[in-house]
Amino acid sequence: MAQEQKQPRKSSQEETASEEVVETDVAERKETIDEDVDAILDEIDEVLETNAEDFVKSFIQKGGQ
Amino acid sequence: MSVRRVMGTEVEYGISVQGQPAANPMVASSQIVNAYASSTARARRARWDFEEESPLRDARGFDMARQVADPSQLTDEDLGLANVILTNGARLYVDHAHPEYSSPEVTTPLDVVRWEKAGEQVMLDASRMAAQVPGSTPILLYKNNTDNKGASYGAHENYLMRRSTQFAEIVRHLTPFFVSRQVVTGAGRVGIGQDGRDTSPERGFQISQRSDYFEVEVGLETTLKRPIINTRDEPHADPAVYRRLHVILGDANLAEISIYLKAGTTALVLAMIEDGFIDRDLSVEGAVNSLREVSHDPTLQQLITLRDGRRITAVQLQLEYLELARKYVEDRYGADADEQTVDVLARWESVLTRLERDPMECAAELDWVAKLKLLNQYRDRDGLDWDDAKLHLIDLQYADLRPDKGLYHRLAGAGRIRRLLDDAAIEAAMHDPPVDTRAYFRGRCLDKYADSVAAASWDSVIFDLPGRESLQRVPTIDPLRGTRAHVGELIDRSETAQALVAAITR
Ligand SMILES: Nc1ncnc2c1ncn2[C@@H]1O[C@H](COP(=O)(O)OP(=O)(O)OP(=O)(O)O)[C@@H](O)[C@H]1O
Ligand SMILES: [Mg+2]
Repeated sequence: MAQEQKQPRKSSQEETASEEVVETDVAERKETIDEDVDAILDEIDEVLETNAEDFVKSFIQKGGQ
Repeated sequence: MSVRRVMGTEVEYGISVQGQPAANPMVASSQIVNAYASSTARARRARWDFEEESPLRDARGFDMARQVADPSQLTDEDLGLANVILTNGARLYVDHAHPEYSSPEVTTPLDVVRWEKAGEQVMLDASRMAAQVPGSTPILLYKNNTDNKGASYGAHENYLMRRSTQFAEIVRHLTPFFVSRQVVTGAGRVGIGQDGRDTSPERGFQISQRSDYFEVEVGLETTLKRPIINTRDEPHADPAVYRRLHVILGDANLAEISIYLKAGTTALVLAMIEDGFIDRDLSVEGAVNSLREVSHDPTLQQLITLRDGRRITAVQLQLEYLELARKYVEDRYGADADEQTVDVLARWESVLTRLERDPMECAAELDWVAKLKLLNQYRDRDGLDWDDAKLHLIDLQYADLRPDKGLYHRLAGAGRIRRLLDDAAIEAAMHDPPVDTRAYFRGRCLDKYADSVAAASWDSVIFDLPGRESLQRVPTIDPLRGTRAHVGELIDRSETAQALVAAITR
């Protein structure tokens, strides 16, 4: 559908207009992505072991196969 | 053949006793296995039967002398460590200093995923059960391959192959595939080098957990001087007809699509090798070095030098195998190719295409990309260098089996990593065996006649029947017999093990 609507030749004004629309789209999407990232990092912050340094240091394994 | 083949995977889990870094890992591993065994085994606990094991048999045709073998290679001696068989046909045991789950034999990549993921749940349950023992300290389990301090432990794949295929052909065509497949199958790692110390600002993350621990191209060892192609020749099937290819260089994956593609694409390449379909030599110059270099470059620009002089990236090398596989499947099956073969080809192509464009496009499918994306988000937000303990913690905690703590689980739970199976299918596979291999017979026998099964292994179930002086050994030498189609009804109608054995040996 969207494809078909684009087919008729557009005036240059229309072109600029639609480009602007695209740009705000991207900006909006970036914003939601940023919010998403923040949300997941907040969630993970909650579950990360406290004192990363000690925790990592004390993870000592014997070699296996 | 296609992606279908007799296969099974083994995973050695990282283990730590909370707050006690010096705790004995063999004791902790035994606690894990014993906790699960005592809560699930209804009565008698069947032993593992070691009769058919020969870990010093080399696929190149000789046996290593026992005296020259490193003690860690002697896995067939019953060291008295915990070792049980589950009703799903799997083996749960202590291997060296790690608890290990060896999946039952299956025949499709999706079933590899299903019974391997069931193993994660078995381990998780085991750790919860162990924690209920009064006075115990919680034991944490990780599905990873290194402590980043020099130690590595494995996640092996096993593929049944025709004995008639020359081993040299397997080495020739599989090595370049293995050097490059990590771009799909890597689990991701913070730290470069065996001890993970090299975390300079621009070099901190690598694609594979395991690549830095491989030192030779071909060999029998699995615990030292690890080889890209392992020559262990212990077929657990008729040795005149089959070999079992024991693949030791893979990473322990959590992402279902990583596991699926690992088994599916490897099975396809093995099929092409068996059928003599690979018409070109893709041999890599300096395979061990290339393996590491590819792992060390998550931008995927690292070039691999082929013996024919070409220099191409790992993704391009994978694309060569993909192209061959497409032709092969078209040539052998045309429109009759089975669904999973078609699906593996499509996903493989899709993943490679996107990896070439921008690896981050695969963050919802592949472990290493999902992990790197998360690490980069932390680096961006908090301005962390690669040597920051927090990034190492994220790497480690990605593999934590606990659903509330494990970061893989958090990402999958939030829909950021896609799955192939639902929880119910995995949960059922903790108890039910696959129906299309001998694991079905083994699992059903353990489920229905637990009291009468004295021991079992991949190649046998051994019954101890009332009124019989000697144990009755039922060999299961053919991995594709003992399926539900073969013995389902027989087991359904045999009330006792005596009745079953009488019917089989009649
Ligand atoms: N004939 C076969 N072909 C392919 N896979 C097989 C065959 N028989 C068994 N397997 C699979 O191989 C794996 C064997 O696991 P096991 O831990 O016993 O292996 P191993 O090579 O003897 O052990 P390790 O490497 O730990 O010393 C299982 O996942 C099993 O399903
Ligand atoms: Mg094993």
